[in-house]
Amino acid sequence: MLLSFLPFYPLISFLLIILLKKQLSWWQTSVLSVGAMLLCAITSLVLFNALNQAPDGVITSHLWRWFSLSDGDSFVSVNFSFYLDALSAVMICVVSCVGFLIHLFAAVYMKEDENFGRFMAYMNLFIVAMLILVLADNLVLLYLGWEGVGLCSFLLIGFWYQEKANVLAARKAFIVTRIGDTSMAIGLFMLFNALGSVNIVDVSELASAQWQLGNNDAYWICLLLLGGAVGKSAQLPLQTWLPDAMAGPTPVSALIHAATMVTAGVYLIARMNGLFILSPQVMNYVAWIGAITLLLAGISALVQTDIKRVLAYSTMSQIGYMMLGLGAGAWSAGIFHLMTHAFFKALLFLTAGAVIYALHHQQNVFKMGGVLKRLPFESSLFIIGLICLMALPGTSGFFSKEAIIGQLWSSATAGQALWWCAILGAFLTSVYSCRLFFIAFLGQERFSHPVTNLSNKGLKASLITLALLSLVGGFLVPDLSGVFVNTTQGVNNVVEPKWLHSVAIATPIVGIVFSWFYFSQYRSAEPNIYQQAQLKENQNPIVRYCFSGLGFDHLYELVFIKPFVFIARLNKRDVVDQCIMSITWYVGLWRDILVYSQNGLMRWYAAAFAIGLVCFIGGWLL
Amino acid sequence: MTAIPLEHVLILACILFSIGFFGVIVRKNTLFMLMSLEVMLNAVGVAFIGAGSVWQQADGQVMFVLILTLAAAEVAVGLALLIRLQQRFKSLDIDCLSQLKG
Amino acid sequence: MITRFASIETLFYLAALIAIIASLKVVTQKNTVHALLYLVVSLLAVAVCFYLMGAPFAAGLEVIVYAGAILVLFVFAIMMFGLKNDETKYAPQSTGLTIWLGPCLLAVFLLLALLLSFDSADIQQQLNATVISSKDVGILLYGPYLLAVEIASFLLLAGLVAGYHYAKPDAQGGHL
Repeated sequence: MLLSFLPFYPLISFLLIILLKKQLSWWQTSVLSVGAMLLCAITSLVLFNALNQAPDGVITSHLWRWFSLSDGDSFVSVNFSFYLDALSAVMICVVSCVGFLIHLFAAVYMKEDENFGRFMAYMNLFIVAMLILVLADNLVLLYLGWEGVGLCSFLLIGFWYQEKANVLAARKAFIVTRIGDTSMAIGLFMLFNALGSVNIVDVSELASAQWQLGNNDAYWICLLLLGGAVGKSAQLPLQTWLPDAMAGPTPVSALIHAATMVTAGVYLIARMNGLFILSPQVMNYVAWIGAITLLLAGISALVQTDIKRVLAYSTMSQIGYMMLGLGAGAWSAGIFHLMTHAFFKALLFLTAGAVIYALHHQQNVFKMGGVLKRLPFESSLFIIGLICLMALPGTSGFFSKEAIIGQLWSSATAGQALWWCAILGAFLTSVYSCRLFFIAFLGQERFSHPVTNLSNKGLKASLITLALLSLVGGFLVPDLSGVFVNTTQGVNNVVEPKWLHSVAIATPIVGIVFSWFYFSQYRSAEPNIYQQAQLKENQNPIVRYCFSGLGFDHLYELVFIKPFVFIARLNKRDVVDQCIMSITWYVGLWRDILVYSQNGLMRWYAAAFAIGLVCFIGGWLL
Repeated sequence: MTAIPLEHVLILACILFSIGFFGVIVRKNTLFMLMSLEVMLNAVGVAFIGAGSVWQQADGQVMFVLILTLAAAEVAVGLALLIRLQQRFKSLDIDCLSQLKG
Repeated sequence: MITRFASIETLFYLAALIAIIASLKVVTQKNTVHALLYLVVSLLAVAVCFYLMGAPFAAGLEVIVYAGAILVLFVFAIMMFGLKNDETKYAPQSTGLTIWLGPCLLAVFLLLALLLSFDSADIQQQLNATVISSKDVGILLYGPYLLAVEIASFLLLAGLVAGYHYAKPDAQGGHL
């Protein structure tokens, strides 16, 4: 029963705020939206506990029948019903708990904004869509939530729509993710066509019953679903929208573009694991896409100057880890990493937001410096986030990331090359984290304004809670054994070298030591040395290449946009349209003739009348 | 049965009708158009009377009486409209009334 | 001598010729009053034709209603338009014989034809044999054609009302 209420708390809050936006004060709006999220969070935790007692470890809730599909002679009804198992329970806990903390933060952070009500309403709507996505019992409902979060992402990236850059970023995010969504929709159609069902549980059962390993249908469907996941989760080749999406307010980046929405792709693949297992080739693609994205994003993050863009690339790279884990068959580890990543990345974004706010909306790290001394509270939380991101032993990131890396070597669908990629990625992660920390938080102060501290209790509480979750999240290992039954199916009998784990654990530390010396100039309090280092970095063409996200934007512009615009310009007058317009030309010709005859001169009418009569009688007589 | 052949009566009617009709078409002055209409109605009357006398039936004359009433009503309304036309456009040119053109 | 040639046919052709000439003149005249005079002659000629076709009742109606009443309506209308300058000429521009010479001439020929028909006993006999009396017409009108008569009376009433309404000046509440 509780389950069916879950998405309705934020929905009611959304409707109230959007309808009464003008009448509600800041206080009322905050209580409404944050209160709804608090209810959500409590309900999610209660449900998570209730799941232990539930039979089969599944709770379902049927709301109403949405519509029915005809499969030849039988009807398949698509229901508005929710399905809660261990996987979706983890997801709703992450969504509603992290969502609640971010809402709490946002209520304070966005207090000054004149469109505060609209902002909170969109945030609530996003939670509604995300919960529907996660809880969906069938793929059509999942797709509804999928599009809903895409819509909210669009609305929130372009929240400050007065600036053109934000609008362009929103548009880009929408269009790029739409490519993935289209592929996913085609995949769903094929799935329904092949299996005659859209219910997730049925689909998995039918697929494993009807299809052999490596079935051609399964291959294509999985590939198309992977296209959707790639678009939503900002993986290669549809990753270009995520860095631009940082144009939105920082809580949006934390909630949508770090903790929840971008992990929807990971969730989709995990949800459809029964299908993906049947197609090891696609699993291999998933792993490779994850690995390449994590390396590319890590390299791009190395040279960014905007603190939020660094975190955005870092998000891409971490999602790459999750994909890598899923591709390798390490389902639980992937979802575990999703959870811990939501904690520490939300923490990182929110503290970054607090720092940005304190420095009067300064996002350029080269204009920060010495923040550690001035903002010790925020900085220490940021450090916690960073060490989780770097996966230093004992933190939550360590447990989840090591769980992924540990299964790569002997996985049938991954292998040694991917293991090395993951290690290299971990190294890159710690290097860019250190660079960010050194430039922004150490060294000399390079900002002139006095800092404005956000000294609100609710804000601090949310940050501290997130920090605690990031630290101890590694011990909250979710038990997903009921969802992923076949995790050990594809293990190769490869002898793992003994040094594997030591190397994996040591990599981040090596990275830190390396950057301590390599970026020593950035730590320097001497302005001259610092400026030389910055200049050197700016003038390096490789750095500039990495700065633009490895030139994917230019590549896409060259390959897709330019030819498209060229063709559109060629076809400016629309050839097909002209064919259709010839009908109107013909009609127009007759119109002109008739207009000419309709001259309003009565004598002409009389003459025409007479001629007609003569013709008629003449014809009759003849 | 009269001495006058029906063909000749009908030819007369046709000639009168044509004259009236060309008057309607050619003249711009509405007054002349009305007079031409009278000529046309007369032509029709000639045809009816001729037919009536050929077959020795009174129906032809009945029809003529009806045409007469029609002509009277038509002239009354037509002349009233003509007065309005003259008042509004200061002219009797029928082509002034071309507001219904497409 | 003339009476020798006078038969119903020749008289009819004469009247028909006069009707055609007068009608042509109606259509081609520039002067409204001239045209009206020719119209009267044309109507009278048609009336003579009716008489010769054995329909004296119709001929009488033609003279009384057409040439009498309707034409008077035209004359009144022309008088109301006044003598203002216009591209068409309403009023007679020349005085003297030229106005009424043509109509008069035609009318005289008509009268001649009528008198000839009265004069010839042969013609009178023929006409009496074929005449359709006003009594027949009346019986028919108030018998089978009663409904048509009623409708015609309504038409006349409508013409009356419309004529009154349309011709009323704007100042007195008339509008169109």
